[in-house]
Parts: sequence; structure tokens; C-alpha cells
Amino acid sequence: MSEETVQIFINDKEVTARKGAMLIEVTDQHDVDVPRFCYHKKLSVAANCRMCMVEVEKAPKPLPACATPVMEGMKVYTKSPLALDAQQGTMEFLLINHPLDCPVCDQGGECELQDVAMGYGNSISRYTERKRVVPDKELGPLVSTDMTRCIHCTRCVRFGTEIAGISELGATGRGEFMEIGTYVEKSLSSELSGNVIDVCPVGALNAKPSRMSARAWEMMQSASVIPHDSVGSNVYLHTLRNQVMRVVPRENDEINETWISDRDRFSYEGLNSIERASHPMMKTDQGWCVSDWDASLSLVAEKLKQHQADDIGVLAAPHSTLEELYLLQKVFRQLGVNNIDHRTQQHDFTDQDAMPLFPYLGQSIKSIEDNESILLVGSNIRLEQPMLAHRIRKAGLSGCKVNSINAQNYDFHFASQFTWNLAPQQWLTALAEIAKCSDTLSDLPSELKSIVASASVSEHAKNIFNSLKNAKQSSVMFGAIADSHPQASALRALSNFIANATHSNFGLLARSGNTVGAWLSGVLPHRLPAGVESNIRGLNSAEMFATPRKVYVLLNLEPEFDFANSPVVLEAIQAADFVVALTPFDNEQVQLYADVILPIATFAETDGTFVNTTGHWQSVGKAVSAPGEARPAWKVLRVLANKLGFENVQYQTSEQIRDEVKQLFSDEVAITSYLKNYDHVNLESDTNKIFRVSDTPIYAVDNIVRRATSLQQAVEDQPNHVAISNNQAKLLDMQDEKVVRVVQGKQEVTLPLRIDENISDNCIWVQKSSTQTDSLGDAIAPVEIQRTANV
Amino acid sequence: MKALFNVIKSFTLFELLKGMSLTGKRFTTKKFTVQYPEEKTPQSPRFRGLHALRRYPSGEERCIGCKLCEAVCPALAITIDSEEREDGSRRTTRYDIDLFKCVYCGFCEEACPVDAIVETRVFEYAFFERGQQVMTKDMLLEVGAKYEDQIASDRQVDAPYR
Repeated sequence: MSEETVQIFINDKEVTARKGAMLIEVTDQHDVDVPRFCYHKKLSVAANCRMCMVEVEKAPKPLPACATPVMEGMKVYTKSPLALDAQQGTMEFLLINHPLDCPVCDQGGECELQDVAMGYGNSISRYTERKRVVPDKELGPLVSTDMTRCIHCTRCVRFGTEIAGISELGATGRGEFMEIGTYVEKSLSSELSGNVIDVCPVGALNAKPSRMSARAWEMMQSASVIPHDSVGSNVYLHTLRNQVMRVVPRENDEINETWISDRDRFSYEGLNSIERASHPMMKTDQGWCVSDWDASLSLVAEKLKQHQADDIGVLAAPHSTLEELYLLQKVFRQLGVNNIDHRTQQHDFTDQDAMPLFPYLGQSIKSIEDNESILLVGSNIRLEQPMLAHRIRKAGLSGCKVNSINAQNYDFHFASQFTWNLAPQQWLTALAEIAKCSDTLSDLPSELKSIVASASVSEHAKNIFNSLKNAKQSSVMFGAIADSHPQASALRALSNFIANATHSNFGLLARSGNTVGAWLSGVLPHRLPAGVESNIRGLNSAEMFATPRKVYVLLNLEPEFDFANSPVVLEAIQAADFVVALTPFDNEQVQLYADVILPIATFAETDGTFVNTTGHWQSVGKAVSAPGEARPAWKVLRVLANKLGFENVQYQTSEQIRDEVKQLFSDEVAITSYLKNYDHVNLESDTNKIFRVSDTPIYAVDNIVRRATSLQQAVEDQPNHVAISNNQAKLLDMQDEKVVRVVQGKQEVTLPLRIDENISDNCIWVQKSSTQTDSLGDAIAPVEIQRTANV
Repeated sequence: MKALFNVIKSFTLFELLKGMSLTGKRFTTKKFTVQYPEEKTPQSPRFRGLHALRRYPSGEERCIGCKLCEAVCPALAITIDSEEREDGSRRTTRYDIDLFKCVYCGFCEEACPVDAIVETRVFEYAFFERGQQVMTKDMLLEVGAKYEDQIASDRQVDAPYR
């Protein structure tokens, strides 16, 4: 962007403007109101609504402010008779075909057309002829349409091509016959599709889940942060009578700009789920009975005291607030428990001591855009972290090359991309090949040196290395699939080495909204709050179930979905003496293994802090009250601590807890994105076998999203199956099989087989975190595929 | 001078005579008093009494759930929940008016774009238990059905002035 400026006059007032800026940018900066429909600051200029007409001196006709660049000494009049007349004329034409259904339109009250018609339109209509009617389009379960209301601003079309990266909406026909729609009937598939609701200036595109349920003016707006991914997108929760009715983005250029993902926008439905637990429940001989807080917490305290501290396992979901996580570990550490963990999806913990203070992105979210080369290791970033993928896409548009090492060709929308499509057991060798391109290998952990030395460098490896090395700014990002890998520590070490050797930023993509908060607050078996090494190391989340404990405490977790190896977890948990579930949801599954259900509040119902992947602390207040007797988890834990007789847990507000955590950090937290030196990595792997690889589906990341009905409907047409490449199917002689049995360790499932050319050879893809396939266990593990006919 | 007039007035009982003359006049003219409940005062077509929800002659309820009446109500007496009906139209699932809160200002009627919520001429009603004062959607529709002819003719008369 040029820093040169020009002087122009707006309504006879002299202002300074950036050279090359459009007039409307300058008027916006100086709070001069110019009406507009098609102009959106994050989208390209279309200049097709003709609403932003202004008078420019010496121009024979009024000019559109959104498409007129500023020039030195330009004199602009936004309120002159010529400008007003032009605006009024445009408004009259726009209203010719716009229906008068504001009372039933969901946009009513927050409609740009309504506002602009009030401010710039005529007070009476002269039009008496027939109005145009356009059939509505079916765009899936998230976006509802009333196409007659469309004014053809094409913001949604431009959003699709420029931001979402998929041209799903487009205009067909011309003039009076122009229609916006998908060319063939289909649902919007983009993970950012909900944003078309916000960009639409009229009520043509609206949110389907909240359709016709509330009006704009009656809802209360509370600022919040959504914890389903580690970006921490800023949002407003709109509430009516103690219920979250919808979620809209809150602009923050550093984090989510003006967009949010569909997962953030529609997950609120999970908050209003019928499965919400509203009373403490206890399992008795007569079955489940409703209890009160006093009795149930007394029972929990008594049971905890009865058991050895070492027999207790404490697990928390990383989308809980920082305060809840901190208090959880504080209470249980005080009780002597060290088996505390939040890394439920991880398999390999070998390098836990080498980890930095927290999984850091290695750069600010905004600066991702400046990268010239990015290497993604084991990540389907579009579905894991949609807002980060959006930044990478922006980088791609200005020439960034995105390489990835994955087990399938994911449907990335980056301009210049290459996927090194390898089965997970080959990732280590692939990274070793890239590492070998480096001049010196002395920084490598000793165990890896021989592997790197013996690797033969392929063309792909060389290209990826050079692309990273020759870029002015480059990044290596370590994704969630790699994090679940059985050799995660070795992959992490090599990725880090490659990042150092190529002077790239090394980014660990934290999984959930407060994974970073969990690291900072010490919900780890080996570290206390603020990253202090613990003298006594507890068991990590895998060990806790490999050698089962007698008591388990679960915060916000659902063992059947949230663990790397669910079958083992469920077995251990069902055999345990006593299981306490602090959960917002009560269903048959919880009742199977829990002994006490303590209903807690969700992120919208408690004050709390979320720390995103760049270490940015965001504290938000509660928007609604939790249903029934449910209470914020930090209050529950406070009372539990008092029942246990701990005097030092006397917090009145969540801010007190946050401040206690915060003062553990000096002003400048030493965020080191680099792994510390370590001497041990996990290399065990069975490379000869076929591996199963899976990723957590976008709408199954936590207990709230899993209950968001509209989001679930959006992925309903993707049933469970086994995906396999054509080559591999031929090798196994299974091209004609319809249904196969997948055996992983002791577990097996039978699923339909699909040939998918995107899958790498030597592996199969089976989705994780859906009831049926979760009985398989680890996300990445060797499997056997069998014919069902051979039974 | 003024004091002198006052003295004359008090001695001639002028004030008393003035008062008695009014009494005498009223004694002979037509009386205003109405023998309620046997007799009733005439009502304007704009009378604002008990609320009603109207239906179209086809039987379809008029209310489209726009919630403008709820927004305009100065006493916050109206509570509405709405959702999309199966045929895709916007309808209320709940329409409550708390008659204890209502101040009978008629703003709801003014705000309604479809003449669904109206105030009828009914003003004789009472509640004997707490809770009865909340008129639900069904009750309001019932009132509307009962007095539809009157409501319609009243709107007709008033139409030129709206």
C-alpha cells in the first residue's frame, strides 16, 4: 500500500486521503455518511448498486463513491441536490421489485435497505405495476433464502469467490431476469457459508436455524468468544429471554476480521439442547435420582477422601474456561492428585517435557497473510481451524505456496498448493527427507540423526525445503492429525528442525478454544501453572486408562468421543469405583459410567477467559444463565474445595481466579515457539501394515458442537465409510467389495467401502468421533481389512 | 371600593342565590346520570377495551408474528414467541397480553400492519384469581371470533381517518 497522500475536500472540508483510495473509504474514515449496498470493505468493488452516488466538481454526472479513486484537490459533495437526486432515483429503482414484507422479514430492524430507504428514499412510492417474484433456492440447513427480496448487490457471490474460495453462488440471467443462486440445486458446502447472511444487505439470505424466531430489536447483545477452535473468534451472542438466539461476528482485525466459521455461528444450538443437565444427579441402588448440590458435593468429597490420591484421575476438556481449568488442577493438586491432563486426543507423549510453554502458532494470526511459503504437517486446516485457513488462503492469493504432508488430498482452497500424499507411517521418512536438505544436521536429536542420514532425498522434499528456505517469511505448521500420530514426538522434532533450518516460524496448531489456557494453567501431569516443572509427575491421559484408576473426574468431556482411544477409556471408566462427571449434558451415555452428574454452565453461561493459539487472553462475561440448578464449573469446584476443607479457595468472582493465574506470569511471557532440547522421541511404528487414518469431523470437536442440530444436518449426507484408493483396493483385491470389516487391535467395525482417489496408498480413512467408528480406537493405527463374506 | 362590593354581596346573600339558581336550572333540565348496568353510555367506534386477535374471512389468523405490538407496548404487557409454520409463513406460537400491565393506550392496534390485534368495545370483565389476567393467544382469538362483526364495522367506520 502506498503511503503517499492527497488532499481532497469532502463537503468543503479538507481531508487527507491515501493515494489510490476509493472515495467511500475516505468518507467512511471521516464519518461522512454515504449510502451503499454492494460495497463491502473486505470485498472487491463491484459498483453495481449505484447507491453511493456523490457529486464531484467538474464531473458532468454524479459518480459512484465506491469506484472513484481520490485525486489531488478533488471537491466532493455528498449532500448536494445532484447527489441526493441521484441517490433518491437509485433507491426508487431498487424498491420497484423489493417486496413490502418487512414485518415478516428476519432482516427487519437491521436491514440496510430499510435504513437507507428511510434516510435517502422518497416518502411515497409511484410504482403501481406488478412486482417481480423469484423462486426461493434451497441452500441447505444453515442459510434460508427469500430471493424475491434480493437487490443483486452480488456481495454473496463475491464473498464466495474471494473469501470462502468456492464459487457456490452466482448470478444467472440479465437485467430483470437476473437471479442469484447455485447453478444446480445444492447446499452451500463452505465452512464459512454463514457469512453470506451477514454480507447480505437485505433479507434475501438469512440464518435458517433462527429463522422467524426473534426480531433484531428485542435481543440483548453480549460480547463473547467462541471456544471451538484455537483462534478464539470474537462474536456477539444475541439473547432473548435467557436463551441464545443467534451468534454474529464481532469485528477484530487481529483475529477473525469480520468473519466467523459456521461452526462458531451455529454451535449455539447445542446450548439449547434438550439434553442439558439441570439438576445434580446421583446413582443409587434404585437407579438415578435427582439430588441437590450439597448432598452430591458432600458425596464427591467423601469419596475423594476415601481413595488414595494416586488412584484418582482428573481429565478436562480444553474448551473449558481458564478459570475452570486452573481451579480444577488447584483443587486436585492440593488433594495430592497429579494425574491431571487435558490432552485426551494425543497418543504420543514422549516429548512432553520438550514442549514450549504452550502450543504457540509462532506468529500473530494477521501475519500468516505475509507468508510466502507454508508447510502443513498432518492438518486438514480448513476444517480444523477455518479462520486460520482463511488467512493462509489470503497469503496464497498474494503468491504463497502451500505445501502439505497429509494422508489424503484435502479439498484446500489455496491458490498454489501441493499435497505430498503419503500414508501416515511414511510421514517420518518424508520429513527426514526434507530435513536432509539442510546444510547441517547437528541440531537434530540423536535418535533422528540416523534416520535423516539414511533418507534419500526425493524431488518433492527438495522442492518443499527450497520453497521454505527461499521465502522471505515462511511457516511450518503442525496440525491436529500429526498431533494424534503415534510418532507425534518425532514428527514434531523434525518439523521444528526443518523450521529452524529454513528460518521459518514453527507453529503448533492448538486443537481447541482453550488448549493454550490448559497448558498455561497447569492441567498437565508434568507441569504446574505457568509452565513450572512439577516435582511429582502424574500419569498422562493415555496412562491413566492403560493402568486404570479407581476414581475419575471428568470436566466437560464425553469419553465416547473425546479420547484418542475411546474403547479403552470406556472400559476403564465403567470399571472404576467412582466417576464424577462435570458436564452440561446428561444422556444415557453419561449415566452408563458416571456415579454423580454435576450440571455445569457452558461458555455462554459463565464469566471466563480463553487464551488463543497466539497467547492472547480474552475474558468474556456471561450472556445467559445456565438452566435449572446448573452452575459454572468454577463455582462447583470452589464449593467442592470447601467441602474438602481447603481454606485457600475462597473466590467470589472468576476475575479473582484469572488474576491469580495472570500474576504467575511476568509482564513479558517468554513464549518460545521452539521446542526445548530433548533426547527421546517415539520411533516405534509398523511400516509394513496398512494404517487407518482419521480426523475429527468439523462438527464433532466438542460436546456443544455435537449437539448443534443444524450443523449435524449439514453433514448428514456424509455417512460413515471406509475410504481407500483405487490402487490399494486393487492390491487387496477388494475393488468389488461393498462392505468390509476393519480390524484395529481388538476392535472391529463393518462399514461400506468407497473408492476415493484422494486417499493415499497404504492407508484407509475411517472417520473418527462418530458413535460407530469410535469403537475402533486410536486415530492413526495399523489395521487389517477383511472381506465380510469370509465370516 | 372592592371591600364595599364584598360587604354588599355578603348582606344580600348573592353567592347563595347564585348557587341555588344553578341547582334550580339542573332540576328542570335532562339528567346525565346513566343507570349502569341497566343503562350504558354510548361508545365511540374507537373505544379501547378488551383485546382481540382477528382472523381473515378464510379462517386464517391475521397475526404474522412481526412483534411490532410487543415493541411499541409502553407497559411491556405483550409477550410473543414466533416460529416458521410448516407452510413457511411466520406465525406466533405464543401471544400473551397481561391485562394488569396493559394501559389500554391502543398503540398495539396502531402498530399492527395487518389489523390483527385490536381493542374491542368490551370493557366489562373481571378476574377472580391471579393468573387469569393473562390473555393467551387462544383466548384472544376467541374474543376476536365472538365480536368480529362489531370489530369489522368499527374499522370500516374509522377507515377514512386512518
